[in-house]
Amino acid sequence: MKNIPLLEIKNVKKSFFGNQVLQDINLSLHKGEIMGLVGENGAGKSTLMKILFGMGMIKETGGYEGEILLNGNKIQFQSPFDAIKAGVGMVHQEFSLIPGFSVIENILLNREPVNKNVFSEIFGERLNTLNYKKMTSKAQNAIDLLDIDLDSHMTINEMPVGHKQFTEIARELSKDNLKLLILDEPTAVLTEKESVALLSSIKKMSELGIAIIFITHRLQEILDVCDKVVVMRDGYIVSNVNAKDTNIEEITKSMIGRNIEVEKKVLNTLSTKNNIMQIKNLWVDMPGEVVRDITLDIKEGEILGIGGLAGQGKLGIPNGIMGLYEAGGEVIFDGNSIPLNNPRKFLDSQIAFVSEDRREVGLLLDESLEWNIAFNAMQIQNKFLKTYFGGLIKCRDEKAIKDISKYYINELQIKCISPSQKAKELSGGNQQKVCLAKSFALQPRFLFVSEPTRGIDVGAKSLVLQALKRFNKENNVTIVMISSELEELRHTCDRIAIVTDGKISGILDSASSSEEFGFLMIGKTK
Amino acid sequence: MKKSKFSLLNILEQYSVPIMFIIICAICIPLSGFSPNYLISEIVTRIGRNTFLILSLLIPIMAGMGLNFGMTLGAMAGEIGLILVADWQIWGIPGIILAMIISIPISILLGYICGRILNMAKGREMVTSYIISYFINGLYQLVVLYMMGSIIPIKHASIKLPRNYGIRNTVSLLNMRQHIDNFLSISIFGIKIPILTFLIIFLLCLFILWFKKTKLGQDMRAVGQDMEVARDAGIKVERTRIIAIIMSTIFAGFGMVLYLQNMGNLSTYSSHSQIGMFCIAALLVGGASVNKASIGNVFLGVILFHLMFIVAPQAGTKITGDSMIGEYFRVFISYGVITVALIMYETKKRNLKKKQGIALSLAQKEEETNNA
Repeated sequence: MKNIPLLEIKNVKKSFFGNQVLQDINLSLHKGEIMGLVGENGAGKSTLMKILFGMGMIKETGGYEGEILLNGNKIQFQSPFDAIKAGVGMVHQEFSLIPGFSVIENILLNREPVNKNVFSEIFGERLNTLNYKKMTSKAQNAIDLLDIDLDSHMTINEMPVGHKQFTEIARELSKDNLKLLILDEPTAVLTEKESVALLSSIKKMSELGIAIIFITHRLQEILDVCDKVVVMRDGYIVSNVNAKDTNIEEITKSMIGRNIEVEKKVLNTLSTKNNIMQIKNLWVDMPGEVVRDITLDIKEGEILGIGGLAGQGKLGIPNGIMGLYEAGGEVIFDGNSIPLNNPRKFLDSQIAFVSEDRREVGLLLDESLEWNIAFNAMQIQNKFLKTYFGGLIKCRDEKAIKDISKYYINELQIKCISPSQKAKELSGGNQQKVCLAKSFALQPRFLFVSEPTRGIDVGAKSLVLQALKRFNKENNVTIVMISSELEELRHTCDRIAIVTDGKISGILDSASSSEEFGFLMIGKTK
Repeated sequence: MKKSKFSLLNILEQYSVPIMFIIICAICIPLSGFSPNYLISEIVTRIGRNTFLILSLLIPIMAGMGLNFGMTLGAMAGEIGLILVADWQIWGIPGIILAMIISIPISILLGYICGRILNMAKGREMVTSYIISYFINGLYQLVVLYMMGSIIPIKHASIKLPRNYGIRNTVSLLNMRQHIDNFLSISIFGIKIPILTFLIIFLLCLFILWFKKTKLGQDMRAVGQDMEVARDAGIKVERTRIIAIIMSTIFAGFGMVLYLQNMGNLSTYSSHSQIGMFCIAALLVGGASVNKASIGNVFLGVILFHLMFIVAPQAGTKITGDSMIGEYFRVFISYGVITVALIMYETKKRNLKKKQGIALSLAQKEEETNNA
């Protein structure tokens, strides 16, 4: 039996509208094996997993070529439900849990053990009553398999993120026929302690004979638990080796496939400049990115990077200051204290914000590109408006809007058919550029940029970063850039503050060694 | 992080609507000059009359569909049942039961239509169901005013309009008036307790409690909290929501029959028009919100809302010397309650968010002092 792999992927190809995203993927996975899957954003990992899990979008975009065998049988899932039936489980990056339900209820959602009664005999089985005893014991079994401390009666909305993640995994484990479990960056939201617990439970699961595909950006974790490491790049599998025979440098090299040129940049002499913004004891209640106590001075004209692992609170800082989430503490900008929880006050002080959430916060998706670029400036600073009758009637100045859009389309190389194309029709990278253009059009003195390169391709990435640098230099705008990618911060910023557990764990020069940054990120001091 | 403790302020905030009504009643009762005996017997009557109707609102709230203004649809179904039964001259308890049975298929049909429409308007269920009730009211009038007597045979001249089709403005239900209430009723200190009615209400309460523990009930709660997650788990979201509305409509139909057998006559064209509004107002007065309501809220609401209904006009008359003021006052109050409750629901949501933030900062300060 051991000879037939549990999962075999043969020559799988996938393209989206002529854009080849997966090329000749060949993989095999045996029972109880743990496979680490790494690759940069856009390397094709998630597309491959979507194919494996039968997600609807694959079918909608024309299916895939090649074949996938599970236990030697060819499979062609029509929906995730088929995949689940066949014993494939997946834990997504976003939680899919019912907030007001307990852990037990969530683990067994729609698979509750039931008792029959008179009414259900007449009206159908949906009137069966739930068997709470059985539910509790079944859920507890799954939790015990994970070997973690999880209060099964707690409701989800009262839990820390890590426990939510465990609940999701326990839900997959409670499915009796689980053979293959896909974990999509499960440790991204966990604290270090929780990650360790998760890794040990992954090992335990594999001992039970469950094959695991483990996607993560933390390479050390891969080396710690995985049997083999598969590296993807630009839709190809570039390396497929045993974990024992490789190391972090090798994986990184094959992941990136090109040498990162570290340009030595001239560091501004910052100490002489005055503070443009002082943040004192800031707290922000942003779910999943809680800021506890941040005190930070930002100097005029610098690019300050804020880094740190996901879920540690770095994203909470700009979101809290700009009033998107409840916040407290004090923010002094240019000598004046600005009241928090009031986005308008900050915008009026010429502070702009490029949100990490392009689609929800950043863009008016159904509106044209030029509208998107001019919208904020129009709303906040009355730009691009013609006034008649002494300001009684204001009209859009279409020509000025066209001009400014054209300027930024050229400047940022936004790929579009015309300035009146709708924002939702643009690719992720170009959407990001529109977000930047929008905040540039405000001509701010101070700019928060949150995850500017998330989910966009390499080419767009460097363009975005360069645009930020140029904007900083030419207009003397102070920029605070928040990013999960340390390398990117080191290339762009003058100083980098690392946030751990909602607090600043240290501020380093971008020239400092990776090791120093690493120590700060995991909250250790040397 | 520590959980915030229950403080007096919290309780005040949570039960602000009921507390407001207790205060209004406390002021109005002595002003009205009613004897306690009269007040209690009135309240008991109204509990019997209204509770079943209000209970029918609980299931859609559980399924996250808000306050079901579409319960009016069930009320219409119940009325059609009663009109037919009155025409067939089947009186007493058998007539009441038959009217309920007739209302079931009509309720299912109307509930299904309503549910389908609400599925197209997710997140805006309340406004939509409110408008649907007007739309279906038009259909109801078409049936009752033109089709009854011409297409649907109606024999008795006492309920037919003189032109030989259409139903009169009022249909007398004198021969079934309070038959359920009087059956098994006992009298304590001169207050009539309608045991059978209370028993029926009690059974519905039991059913609702039991229903929460069924698979369908669990599915409804899941759908109510997060439709997408429920769908991912394989729950048929649309179907579940439609079932919730159908159940509510059927119960509202039964409730309307119970209500009208207590009143003893049926105003063909207006009985149902206010019923949804008053039931929802009563439920909100009992401390329920758009997404959370319990059986306790129903009873508290019935008592407080109707106590106010009884005493406010009298108190108004005493103060101003004008009986119209009191009448105006109670209509004003019931619409006002719904508005206030809806606004408070939103502010509560916002305050909760704020509170969480403040609790977090407090916890940090504590942590800091502990560390220091």
